[in-house]
Amino acid sequence: MEIAVVTGTVVATRKDAKLEGEKLLLVRRADVSGSPVGEHYVALDSVDAGIGDVVLVVRGSSAREASSYAGRPVDSVITGIIDSIDLENTTTYKKA
Amino acid sequence: MRIGKNVGTVVCSRKDPKLDAKKLYLVQPLNNERNPVGDIIVAVDGVGSGIHETVFFVTHREAAYAIEGEVIPADAAIVGIVDDITGGNV
Repeated sequence: MEIAVVTGTVVATRKDAKLEGEKLLLVRRADVSGSPVGEHYVALDSVDAGIGDVVLVVRGSSAREASSYAGRPVDSVITGIIDSIDLENTTTYKKA
Repeated sequence: MRIGKNVGTVVCSRKDPKLDAKKLYLVQPLNNERNPVGDIIVAVDGVGSGIHETVFFVTHREAAYAIEGEVIPADAAIVGIVDDITGGNV
């Protein structure tokens, strides 16, 4: 999985029927301190994340195993809101 | 599978119920000389590994099957603790 930060929302009125009612968030890959480092991409949200949250994202076909996403056309799902990250005994991120 | 080292931990109190009670490690992939190579990833622990241990891990879809009897939303999972490596010098 990767660490990402939620940077925005995406609204699509016309979309695949299997995505009806789902919240789409714009996220950006982040480092262990929660700072954005990578490209933006679109992810579905299973944990009610909000803008500014540092989150855990599952990518690829495993994303379909997130609760309530079985059989849906998704490859990126937010599966957790990160409280803290520790690297080599140092806290590199802590949720405000 | 790849070799890596558990270099840190990630804590999420709000998460997908399928990840409840699963330990999440920051894993630094290692090259053949046991030096860090590539980005740190977050992996689910399937074998009771500990911090600072050298492990091997699976990525992509296969990680969803790392825990017996469950299919989890994971694209990286630790599936073994490395005791010793010999050879690999070719």
